Parts: sequence; structure tokens; C-alpha cells
Amino acid sequence: MPQITWLSADGTETSADVATGTNLMEAAVAAGVRGIHGDCGGALACATCHVATDLAWAERLGSPGIMEDEMLDMIDGERTPTSRLSCQILARAELDGLVLDVPGPA
Amino acid sequence: MDGRVVIIGAGQAAVSCIAALRSADATRPIVLVGDEEHLPYRRPPLSKSCLAEEISIENLLIRPASWYDGVDLRLGAGVEEISRREGRLVLRNGEQLAYDQLVLCLGSRARPLGREAGGDLAGVHTLRSLTDAARLQAEFRPGRRLLVVGGGYLGLEVAAAARSRGLSVLLLEAGARILGRVASATTAEHFRTMHAARGVEIREATGLDALSGAERVQRAILSDGSEHEVDLVVIGIGGLANAELAAHASLETANGIVVDAGCRTADPNILAAGDCASFPLGGRTVRLESVQNASDQGEIAASNLSGGQRAYAPVPWFWSDQYDTKLQIVGIGHDHDSIVVRPGQRGDAKSIWYFRGEELLAVDAINDPSSYMIGRRLLAAGVSPARRDVANADLPLSAMLPPRG
Ligand SMILES: Cc1cc2nc3c(=O)[nH]c(=O)nc-3n(C[C@H](O)[C@H](O)[C@H](O)COP(=O)(O)OP(=O)(O)OC[C@H]3O[C@@H](n4cnc5c(N)ncnc54)[C@H](O)[C@@H]3O)c2cc1C
Ligand code: FES
Repeated sequence: MPQITWLSADGTETSADVATGTNLMEAAVAAGVRGIHGDCGGALACATCHVATDLAWAERLGSPGIMEDEMLDMIDGERTPTSRLSCQILARAELDGLVLDVPGPA
Repeated sequence: MDGRVVIIGAGQAAVSCIAALRSADATRPIVLVGDEEHLPYRRPPLSKSCLAEEISIENLLIRPASWYDGVDLRLGAGVEEISRREGRLVLRNGEQLAYDQLVLCLGSRARPLGREAGGDLAGVHTLRSLTDAARLQAEFRPGRRLLVVGGGYLGLEVAAAARSRGLSVLLLEAGARILGRVASATTAEHFRTMHAARGVEIREATGLDALSGAERVQRAILSDGSEHEVDLVVIGIGGLANAELAAHASLETANGIVVDAGCRTADPNILAAGDCASFPLGGRTVRLESVQNASDQGEIAASNLSGGQRAYAPVPWFWSDQYDTKLQIVGIGHDHDSIVVRPGQRGDAKSIWYFRGEELLAVDAINDPSSYMIGRRLLAAGVSPARRDVANADLPLSAMLPPRG
């Protein structure tokens, strides 16, 4: 199980081992990560699961899907070059050690 | 004043209420009473992914169990009575519980089909809780004939999930057309065509007269006189606010517990939030059944409980997933007098913009998240784009946005 770490805007750090195939919004909510709400349950309707990462990880994560990309363009806060909606990322072995910034408010 | 807060109803609104209460004052005693056995969970997937896949409660929980540390949790405990004079509640098991302040997050329930119409036959379902969804999912077997009564979002989502599982589906809408209460004829047309292409038979302006069967439902008689063999039935004819508890405590109710813009009832120690609350919006009293409304009102109620003066002035949003189509809605289009349809950037994308005069009221975006998000920002800023600009697909939508900040 890959280990994922979230750095919340209020300074809290949360790590969890996430079962392969679980989306990273659900994993964050399950781990109680501050700033990830996932109001729509991963339906690409709320953008309350926004995360960003460094460039090296961003490459490994791949680019956002078309609909995800459009949501990110119009997000309330700032979109960064590596922004993703975490409900659209599934845990897999290669993501072990991934660190995600959570820009949203707690 | 800042004594013990009791929240009744462990759902979407309760969670955001707890979150906001705690961030204002981490030491305030909070009791959460819920009549279901589960921690608060998300309902939207119950009519979508949950009917197609295995249901896992862990993935539905709004917050993990550990999040409730410090909250006095009373799950599986229904409140039977509120005694306002004594400031206490009577639970179903007879136990009494004192409160200083109360937040009613009671939600709504499915409007049932009457017993005389066959509503109590086995195989007839409503869909509101995890238990309902699990029961229905167990009945979803390929080849079975499903009758869906009601062409709102819930009925259409169930129809889509059932087709994906290989059931045959007949859907009845008693009104003139599907989505009659909630969306434009143009939006309805899109969904009608899509369901027809997937093999769902939709009959509009056709009601259900009665269901019959020995013990289990076998036959449906429609208002046009036709009879149909059915294996199971889902009744999706709207929700009723759980307002009786408040009414018995002599709080005002009218299609829900009546509250002001700050989620307050006439009793200064009792507030209400979410599906159960009727509140003022744009000059009328409305009740919304949506995640957005429940979470935002839960938060407003919490902050006003601690002496705040926040008014709820929402930009409502909602979504619906059917097959691989995503509908995202922002605003309330009820009072529109015109619509503008805007083709999206991709073949299967479009958006429907609702206007009253020159004022933008709402946007339905079909596979078109960018129009949805722009509509959301425009409505939040109170800015109405010109209809002509919306209609001009060559003009980028982003040009209509007010500057950020
Ligand atoms: C199948 C389905 C699909 C949906 N899809 C969408 C969607 O796609 N998008 C969207 O925005 N919204 C959707 N909704 C609506 C959304 O789920 C609700 O608006 C939201 O859950 C309301 O939150 P709430 O806290 O007001 O009530 P709920 O989440 O319903 O919680 C209320 C709780 O209070 C409990 N309760 C009631 N009376 C008592 C009592 N006397 N004592 C103790 N406990 C009590 C209830 O049992 C329930 O557990 C859907 C709802 C359903 C049922
Ligand atoms: S959870 Fe709503 S967009 Fe990701």
C-alpha cells in the first residue's frame, strides 16, 4: 500500500497508507486531512478536493482529465501548474511517498 | 449561553455544524443524536455508484470515526419529543437528555406510495438511506423488469443505474414532462433522448394507478389504463421534510421547519438546517434538498448559535450523474422567462443559461464543467452576462467574468 502525505494550509501534516485503487479524496477524508472536504463525493462537482504537488510528482501523476482540467481552470482559489482534484487520482504502488499540498481552507 | 449543544439528526448538515462549532470553541460540549446506526454518510452515491457497485460504508462516511472524538455520540437513538419549557429531549428508549441549545438537522424522507395503491407490497422501494440502497441493490438482477415512478433526478439516476446492470426499465412521470419541477424543457429533452437511446421507456403525463401482486409486486396499472408485468418498483416522487418533531413542540412549520435567514426558529435556543428547514430566499420561502444547502446551513446555524449574525445567501449548486453524463447545476432557475443554450467546447457538452429579464438565475451544464464553474463565479459575484454574449459560442466564457479579488 502506497503511503501518501498531505500538508494542509494550517500546517497540519497527515500520512496514511492507502489501499491501491482508492481515490485520494476518499483516502484524505478517511484520514481526517484538514482542507479536503470532498462535498460531492468525487463527482467532479465541487472542487473541494483540490491538491497540488511538486513537479517531479506531478509528472508521475500524469495530467488531469479534460473535465477535471476545466474544473481546475475555474477554481475559486489559485490554480497552480501542478493542481489536481484528488478525487480523480487513484492510489497505486508508484505513488508511494507522494506528498500533496492542500491549498483549501480547513 | 454557550452551554451544551444538542444536534438532532446525524447527517450532512450535522457534520458541518459540528465542524464550525468546534473551530469557534473547541471545548463546547456537543451531543449528536441520530436515529440511524451509522455515522453521518453521503447520500448522493446511493442512487448512483452504489447501485452499480458493492456498497462500502467506509467510502461513504463524511468524516472518519476518529473525527468525532469529544462529541457525545448517540447513534441508533431517535428523538421522540422536544420539551422546550424544560429544555430537554425524550429519546425513543425513554432516556431524557437536557440541552441548552438545539440544532435540528432532521433531513427529509421519501414520499411513500399509499398502501391502497400497493405501496406496502414486497419489491416496492423508496431510496433514502444506506439500508434502502443495500436492499435495492440486492434486487438489481439482470433481466428483471423495473418500474420507476417519478421522473426527477432520483428516478432518472436509478433508471440509469438499472440499465447499466441489465434490467429493463419503464419510467413514469405523472407531470407533463420529466424534470418538470427542477429544470428547463431543453435540459429535460437532453435527458429524455439519452435515456431512450439506452433503452429506458419513458412515459410522461402518465401516473400510476395501482400496483398489485400476491405478496410481492407483480403488476402495475397506469393512468392510461395499460397494465405491465413488473418485478420491482422504485418510488421517486419527492421528499417530505422531517418537521413533525418541531411541529409537536409548537414551532412553526410550512413544508419544513420555518427559519429566518440565520437558520433560527422563533425559539432563540433552537435552530434548524438542511433538508428539514424552510428559509427565505429571493422573496419566497424555499426548502432545498442538496448537499450544498445542508453543509452551508449547518455552518451558518453553528455560527449563529454562538452569537453570530450571519445570514444565509447561497449560490445553490447540485449535480446528477447518469450513465457517463455529468449534469452540474448552479443557481435556481424557477422564475426564468428565457433560456440561452450554449454549445460547449466538445461535442457532447452544452450549457443552458436561465434568465429573468437581463438577470442570470441559473446554469445547467451538461458535460461542461467550465461553463458550470464560470456560472458559479458569475452568480456568486451577482454579475449577469449579456444573453447575446452567452449565445455566442465564439466568445470565450471567461471574458464574462468579473476580475478576481
Ligand atoms: C438517493 C439520494 C441521492 C441524492 N443525490 C444528491 C446529489 O446528487 N446532489 C446533492 O446535492 N444532493 C443529493 N441528495 C440530497 C442530499 O443527500 C441531502 O440534501 C442531504 O443529505 C441533506 O442533509 P441533512 O443533514 O439535511 O439530512 P440527512 O443527511 O438526511 O440527515 C438527517 C438525519 O436525521 C435523522 N433523523 C430524522 N429524524 C430524527 C429523529 N427524530 N431523531 C434522530 N434522528 C433523526 C435521519 O434518519 C438522518 O439520518 C440526494 C439524496 C438522496 C436520498
Ligand atoms: S470531491 Fe468534488 S470534485 Fe473532487
